[in-house]
Amino acid sequence: MIALIRTATAFFRLFYQSVYLALGQIWTNKTRSILTAIGIVIGVAAVTAVIAALTGLKAAILTQVESFGTNTIFVFPTRPEKGPMRHASWWTIRFLPEHFDGLLEHCPSVERLSRIAGTGRYTIHYREKSVEYVEVMGIEAAYHEILSRPVALGRTFSVIDDMQVRPVCLIDPKLRDELHLDRDCIGQSIRIGHHAFRIVGVIERRPELESGESGQEHYEVFIPFKTTFKMGKPWIAAFAASKSAEVVEEAEAEIRFFLRRTRNIRPGEPDTFRVESVKRFLETINKIALVVTLVAGGIVGISLLVGGVGIMNIMLVSVSERTREIGLRKAVGAKKSAILTQFLIEAVVLCLIGGLVGVGIGQCLTLVICGLSPILEMTFIPAWAIGLSFGFAGCVGMFFGMFPAFKAARLDPIEALRHE
Amino acid sequence: MIKAHRLIIRLQEVTRIYQVGVERIHALNGINLQLRENEYVAVMGPSGSGKSTLMNVLGCLDRASSGCYELDGQDTTSMSDAALARVRNERIGFVFQTFELLGQLNALKNVEMPLIYSPDGWQSRRKRAQAVLERVGLADRVKHKPNQLSGGEKQRVAIARALVGNPSILLADEPTGNLDSTTSEGILELFDRLHQEGQTIIIVTHEEHVARHAKRIIRLRDGRIYSDLARDHDPAYKNAKNGGSQELA
Repeated sequence: MIALIRTATAFFRLFYQSVYLALGQIWTNKTRSILTAIGIVIGVAAVTAVIAALTGLKAAILTQVESFGTNTIFVFPTRPEKGPMRHASWWTIRFLPEHFDGLLEHCPSVERLSRIAGTGRYTIHYREKSVEYVEVMGIEAAYHEILSRPVALGRTFSVIDDMQVRPVCLIDPKLRDELHLDRDCIGQSIRIGHHAFRIVGVIERRPELESGESGQEHYEVFIPFKTTFKMGKPWIAAFAASKSAEVVEEAEAEIRFFLRRTRNIRPGEPDTFRVESVKRFLETINKIALVVTLVAGGIVGISLLVGGVGIMNIMLVSVSERTREIGLRKAVGAKKSAILTQFLIEAVVLCLIGGLVGVGIGQCLTLVICGLSPILEMTFIPAWAIGLSFGFAGCVGMFFGMFPAFKAARLDPIEALRHE
Repeated sequence: MIKAHRLIIRLQEVTRIYQVGVERIHALNGINLQLRENEYVAVMGPSGSGKSTLMNVLGCLDRASSGCYELDGQDTTSMSDAALARVRNERIGFVFQTFELLGQLNALKNVEMPLIYSPDGWQSRRKRAQAVLERVGLADRVKHKPNQLSGGEKQRVAIARALVGNPSILLADEPTGNLDSTTSEGILELFDRLHQEGQTIIIVTHEEHVARHAKRIIRLRDGRIYSDLARDHDPAYKNAKNGGSQELA
């Protein structure tokens, strides 16, 4: 026990003494230390800033996506990666309205379904005013619930609107103001392309469009699903909502099973459509963010390694400059381990100080990034990134300090004292 | 000769052989030597006589190729590097011709340095360094860095550093080689005083006037001891006493 305490004390003393000597040495050679550590400083600053920017970007994307709701499912046609349908035309694999007939009855985990039909962009006219490139989309009543976009004024489409293919529409408030319609524009008539439509309601805008960062305004007009077929040949997709966020995966599986049957896909053949939940989409985003982080981390890791080579270089110079000192220390009784620790800790302390300064500069860079764009305003350095880059800097010091430290420890005291 | 003092150093048939290419150089060739506590010895000899090698072996910086070296009753021949480092730390104090002070540390820190590597000295190092600096007469130079000290003062700091661990032997290699004659005398007087206080001292030198301070003079030639006499019997000393100043051939 006493022996253990003695060993522990001796170890602590060696460590303390090495840190003490290292700080003294770094302070004595200030300019050189700064130049040596600059590689580490830049590396750590870059890694923290890059990770911070990625974290901010991811947070921004996630907030936009999550506004959809995590139980939302999107169904759309797509070409499979394999099989005979791989080169099929988009027209062949398109959805037909009847593909979804009876879906709600057959899929117990699905609560709501709204087919959507897009016909493209139209110019909207009201009296002398007109707005170009407005997206016109056919929807069903469940759309408002699924995507949390209620009708603020007026009413939603009724079954009769749909069945009778009525020329009615919902309009977005920005477009209403742009066209100088009345504030209560219900009952007013606008022209979509060559067709006249009566406004029955005002729909709330998509939340992420509010910030308007895309520069150009984006307007939307909605018409009953069936009415789109009067406008041309629409592409069809669908939004669905599962009964709860927990059963999203079951709902996806049920929809997939159901649609394979209605689309006559034989067993073994790949899907010609995709059923994707926001949850899955989030996973994809997370995966992409991870890959980007790893790639950026790798690049920055290389810069840290380059910094490490700089450290090694300077440590070698330092060892050869201080050969006599090493000889003297050995002559007065320093063991190999003491010399080794002294130089190793000097390298590690140098790297850690570089890491500290690097994190500081990274923090400043992060503040600059925050100011660049509103998308990036959630940018911050996560604690793990600080820990990681700091730890990595320490490891770099350890790794690249090893060789010079060994060289110092192995010096013969007689030779060292004779060194000029 | 001083009687009844403890035996500190015992060398038996010590050789040190260097291999230079195919040639084997016998730097030390069968040295037999005994040193007792509180002896004051000068080791002399022309360059290449092996006196530096002898000092390195005595100081445990180097190992004998064959033979036996006992220090304080311990056989050092088969010790590990770490054990030898400990022996150097606790039993040997080195004084070098070029002082070997660390420029960035003040006198006190320089003197403390050996205690940093000692398990027992760590706690009390400041107090001990202070005390030993007072002993060499530098109580008022404690905070000075080497570049603020004169040559003599530097060597006094170095002597204090050698003494701080209470060594069994003080090994001085040409301690006055870089000093003018007045300063040299001061340093040699300090050695005399330390000797009177009971310190065992070995001085390696090629200067007769330095050797004259010692009580015993060992002369080396070609790796062998060819004369080992008390000072009063040493021929060079006798000549000097008789007014002659001729060097020994």
